[in-house]
Amino acid sequence: MLSIKNLSVKLEEEDKQILKGVDLEIEAGKVHAIMGPNGSGKSTLSYVLSGKDGYEVTDGSAYLEGEDVLEMEPEERAAAGLFLAFQYPVEIPGVGNMTFLRTAVNAQRKARGEEEMSAADFLKAIRAKAKELKVDADMLKRPVNVGFSGGEKKRNEILQMAMLEPKMCILDETDSGLDVDAMKLVAEGVNALRSEGRGFLVITHYQRLLDHIKPDVVHIMADGKIVKTGGPDLALEVEHNGYAGILSEVA
Amino acid sequence: MAEAALQQTATDARLASLTLPTGGWSEAARADALSRVKSMGLPHRRDEYWKYTRPDTLTQADVISAAVFDEGTPIFNDIDSLKIVFVDGVFDEAASDDLSLEGVSIERLATSLADIHWARDLYGVLETRGQTPVQRPLATLNTAFATDGVLLHVTGKVSKPINLQYQHKSECSDAFLHHVIRVDAGAEVTLLEAGPAAARFNKVMEVDIADTGVFHHVRAQGRDHERRAATHIFARLGQESTFKSFTLTKNGVMTRNECVIELTGDDAIAHVAGACVGDGDFHHDDTVFITHDAVNCESRQVFKKVLRNGATGVFQGKILVKPGAQKTDGYQISQSLLLDDDSQFLAKPELEIYADDVACSHGSTSGAIDETALFYLRSRGVPQDQATDLLTLAFLAEAVDEIEDEELRTEIVDRLSGWLERHRN
Ligand SMILES: Nc1ncnc2c1ncn2[C@@H]1O[C@H](COP(=O)(O)OP(=O)(O)OP(=O)(O)O)[C@@H](O)[C@H]1O
Ligand SMILES: [Mg+2]
Repeated sequence: MLSIKNLSVKLEEEDKQILKGVDLEIEAGKVHAIMGPNGSGKSTLSYVLSGKDGYEVTDGSAYLEGEDVLEMEPEERAAAGLFLAFQYPVEIPGVGNMTFLRTAVNAQRKARGEEEMSAADFLKAIRAKAKELKVDADMLKRPVNVGFSGGEKKRNEILQMAMLEPKMCILDETDSGLDVDAMKLVAEGVNALRSEGRGFLVITHYQRLLDHIKPDVVHIMADGKIVKTGGPDLALEVEHNGYAGILSEVA
Repeated sequence: MAEAALQQTATDARLASLTLPTGGWSEAARADALSRVKSMGLPHRRDEYWKYTRPDTLTQADVISAAVFDEGTPIFNDIDSLKIVFVDGVFDEAASDDLSLEGVSIERLATSLADIHWARDLYGVLETRGQTPVQRPLATLNTAFATDGVLLHVTGKVSKPINLQYQHKSECSDAFLHHVIRVDAGAEVTLLEAGPAAARFNKVMEVDIADTGVFHHVRAQGRDHERRAATHIFARLGQESTFKSFTLTKNGVMTRNECVIELTGDDAIAHVAGACVGDGDFHHDDTVFITHDAVNCESRQVFKKVLRNGATGVFQGKILVKPGAQKTDGYQISQSLLLDDDSQFLAKPELEIYADDVACSHGSTSGAIDETALFYLRSRGVPQDQATDLLTLAFLAEAVDEIEDEELRTEIVDRLSGWLERHRN
């Protein structure tokens, strides 16, 4: 599904290398988790994959179902099926949440040469999905993320993911800021989308999210590289012992 | 030649190019205006009040020709309204509706020639009041030389808007219109104005709102780019009355919209808002002066400008709170969205307060598209152009939302979207 080889990235404005040769292979139907110390480059990886400005790829490649992601505009990546649930979802005053989502859904459909979704179908779909995620009608009407609590913002990200039905979902610390119940809702939302044709990359610091979203593979990222890959047990090891052991072991 | 002498010469030349209408109830007001404008002189480039906008093309004797522009279906055309059409400032009877509507008496300045008329108490009167502390000679020039306009005496709740539709069909037209509106106690009306009016357009509107009267005004200027316009609104508000005015401006090499409002009765509300979009040699100036002279009144000024390719936006806005005007609630915001580095926004927000129990705030900002928001939208699949338009409309929303009527608001948003789609990189 997503094939990342030796991805090396520096900041455009500064001479600072952040990713130092990331290799990742995420198969359709699988959930991969990335853990790693603060500042190790996890969010940067997700931004570079989704096309944010300010980074320069110095080496390596990223392919989504055989297509060169790094060559595409952000909107083309989205239409190709890539989705990033932001660590810090953006507030957009003046743009209604519903308007935004409908514009996004139809823009992607148009880009793929599919028929646009009618207003009625859209409303039906979003109401059902919002209900599952306990996103109330008021939140749908309000401007995108404006005045949303931290947890509401994260649930709104998952609602967008559910509506857009991407092929490759990247979740950047979607669990941070969530209370126990919200975490369950979000995990259920993600699990509902798990399917043969869809890949997940879940960035998290905590095992508790992985209790709900059971990963197939766990990676540890440190200083811009994947330093260790293992099964679900690797996350438990981090939970109990922190990174010190793992890092000294690979050093 | 000294500056004063130059100004004198320019004013003389302009006055010599015009003919003073005679006869009827307005004759005395016109004669008075002529002598006032002679002593004031027309605005010139050293005037402090014209610091950011060059007045010469608005004041010179010769009109600069402006290409005739057919906008297609005029805005508000499909709204159920009473249409009054002026072509290059000349009333078009055939294109206009019958001037009769319940709750309002509609007459024309050019044809109401009796010696006694209700409009005599207002014509040039509110304009004169609006000359202190800052002079507005172009409005006085209009009072003297206006050739036509509508006289609306609103006595009840008028069931549909009165729609002034302006058309521009002659390349060198130089039009003066002067509207007078009196809203009686408890009466309510919506006035629409739209369309390219003339190559050069000088318009004055005097609005007197009695206690509890309500006046809504929605105006759309544009999309003729070469026009030059100087417009003035003078409004006086009685107790518990409401005045709400919104202006959309698309294109225009020279537009100066002045709005002068006096809150004279307690608990009155005045909102003035404007959204403008300009490209290239666009120059747009909103100049607002609101005087609070009563207790517990509310005023809002919300002006938003989208500028690109070297366009210029100007805002001069003042809130004056007179002694005794306690519990005043004054709000003023002027903002520009600069879509490139060449465009500029010049703002002069002012507060002058002589009462101690008031809440007034003002703010002015100039910024670019929020890149973080843009990326967020694009990451969801919204193409860059469309995402930029969404954010631009969001920027304008605070001004557009001042329009209470949903149908009118939708028309304005549609026109704005159309403009944004036509003006992309
Ligand atoms: N635009 C930027 N300007 C300056 N430094 C940056 C920028 N983007 C990333 N960095 C730096 O790159 C490093 C990696 O940041 P990144 O946000 O990817 O870390 P992370 O692994 O997501 O951390 P966390 O677990 O705290 O979210 C950090 O040292 C960060 O300060
Ligand atoms: Mg991060």
